[in-house]
Amino acid sequence: MITASKNYELESVEMRQVYANTLMEMAKANPQVIGLEADLMSAISTNKIIKEIPNQLINTGIMEANMMGVAAGLSLTGRIPFVHTFGQFATRRAFDQLFISGAYAKTNIKILGSDSGVTAEHNGGTHMAFEDLGLVRLIPNCHVYEVSDSTMLRYLLLKVEKEHGIHYIRTIRKNAVKLYPENEVFEAGKGKVLREGEDVTIIASGIMVAESLKAADILQQQGIKAAVIDMFTIKPIDKDLIVKYAQTTKAIVTAENHNIIGGLGSAVAEVLSEHCPTLMKRIGVKEQFGQVGKLEYLKEFYQLTASDITSAVEEVVMSKKD
Amino acid sequence: MFDIAGHLFTKGGINMSLDTQKLELFRDEIRLKTLKELYNLGFGHYGGSLSIVEALAVLYGKVMKIDPENPNWEERDYFILSKGHGGPSLYATLAAKGYFPEDLLYTLNQNGTKLPSHPDKNLTPGVDMTTGSLGQGISAAVGVALSHKLAHKDNYTYCIVGDGELNEGQCWEAFQFAAHHRLNQLVVLVDDNKKQLDGLTKDIIDPLDFVEKFNAFGFYVRRVDGASVQEIYEAIEKGKAQNAKPIAIILDTVKGQGVPYLEEKADNHHIRPSEADEAAILSAVDELETKLGKGVKG
Repeated sequence: MITASKNYELESVEMRQVYANTLMEMAKANPQVIGLEADLMSAISTNKIIKEIPNQLINTGIMEANMMGVAAGLSLTGRIPFVHTFGQFATRRAFDQLFISGAYAKTNIKILGSDSGVTAEHNGGTHMAFEDLGLVRLIPNCHVYEVSDSTMLRYLLLKVEKEHGIHYIRTIRKNAVKLYPENEVFEAGKGKVLREGEDVTIIASGIMVAESLKAADILQQQGIKAAVIDMFTIKPIDKDLIVKYAQTTKAIVTAENHNIIGGLGSAVAEVLSEHCPTLMKRIGVKEQFGQVGKLEYLKEFYQLTASDITSAVEEVVMSKKD
Repeated sequence: MFDIAGHLFTKGGINMSLDTQKLELFRDEIRLKTLKELYNLGFGHYGGSLSIVEALAVLYGKVMKIDPENPNWEERDYFILSKGHGGPSLYATLAAKGYFPEDLLYTLNQNGTKLPSHPDKNLTPGVDMTTGSLGQGISAAVGVALSHKLAHKDNYTYCIVGDGELNEGQCWEAFQFAAHHRLNQLVVLVDDNKKQLDGLTKDIIDPLDFVEKFNAFGFYVRRVDGASVQEIYEAIEKGKAQNAKPIAIILDTVKGQGVPYLEEKADNHHIRPSEADEAAILSAVDELETKLGKGVKG
């Protein structure tokens, strides 16, 4: 078990810097690594790569469909393309390209979908993807991760470089809450237990992991002991861990910065309904589109706060007693 | 230098020597195999498979650097059939080149086949990219060409797109990208057969003038008779010799090309032959078999 800092402090480094630095490092070490951007280099800090190694960072301009196809073509010759754009463009805009030229053709493409959910903030509803994880989860053999801090992002980038196939990594662009020591290792299909507890299990991903830890602190004061799992590996999901904690705590709450349909909540519900039917509540966006606003406002509006998680936990724990 | 047909082809330092007769025999063999393959299946995309036979004959019979015994040879030229529904004539070409046994052609679209209606690179030896969702193959071709250019390699990438396919916006994204990156090792062949599934392209989305469009998009562009292996070959070689811009060859073709009865048939994109159609197809098969002689396996 990892012991996360109780202060939930933000990291000093932004996730976009971690992406750009790690991509630069991979590209320098391996000439086959190539980054692709659709006019969002400055937004994700990869412009420094194009200055230093221009042949390994291609700005396609605003053409996500073509970018995905070009990535597929590059991979046919043995290159390892890392494609970045905002989550909604990487999935909604270029879905058939990702599906056919990517997964169906069995090419090799790594996708970073940035500005996850409400963290798109001032870009608003057009740019606020609450369905990207659901879309990519539908693609056969696609690996789907939502990262929660910079250690995890860096680790997974280095990991997917070595694996053939379609990998989708969802991230925020700015600073995450520090969760993991720098030497932490991560495995596909293995969730991370961040906190033990016997009364309920909160399964979260991305920015909702820190909210879940905060909720667990509040719940502890009320005498409810909540386990917290960072289920960054949305697909493959950690079935064994979900079942184990469902059996021991007999109540599950999921928390995601995403529509409750299609993403983490759905994935956990699918596991539970087939393998261990358990009382459950899902925290996430419900049948709504995005909008502009500051992060704290949006988290409250879509009920994505520690307090919302706390209320959901109280409900399932109460139901358990009935 | 003279070819068999007696033409002299050395223009501006470009080696234009072409054994036209040999290439036309190869063309006939592809057409024959395509007809037999589709006839055996009982239905299929006759129109757009036949309209690209001459282009395929030039590419696989003369222009492309390939090794059928080693389909994934790294130094090869790449070919992507972006208009994936032309798969049957690509398969006929690959069989004729020996990528796989000819018998495989008669498994087209059958359960568990290695030859699905639209090409699949993971199933068929010699297929460089999975296509069928129109507009996507051209982007992959651009990616391949970019990769070779960045690596200073001399491989060419050839891509056939359909005129109807050019309705898709993604194609024009890909063309802008190719021109910006000066992908002079990319050869796009537009099968301008004037028809798409629902009818004439000019009635559905008028393509206007492809030559003007490709010029405006920064391509070296030539319009040729798509039924002439000679013209297609010359245009490709001239395009490659200019060494600056990506190349677009507009193939003036007709659906059902090379089989007059099918050329004239109004609804010839996808055909499930009537009795009259069958008779015409079989007669075309006979004619080609006679022309090619009994020595050619058909």
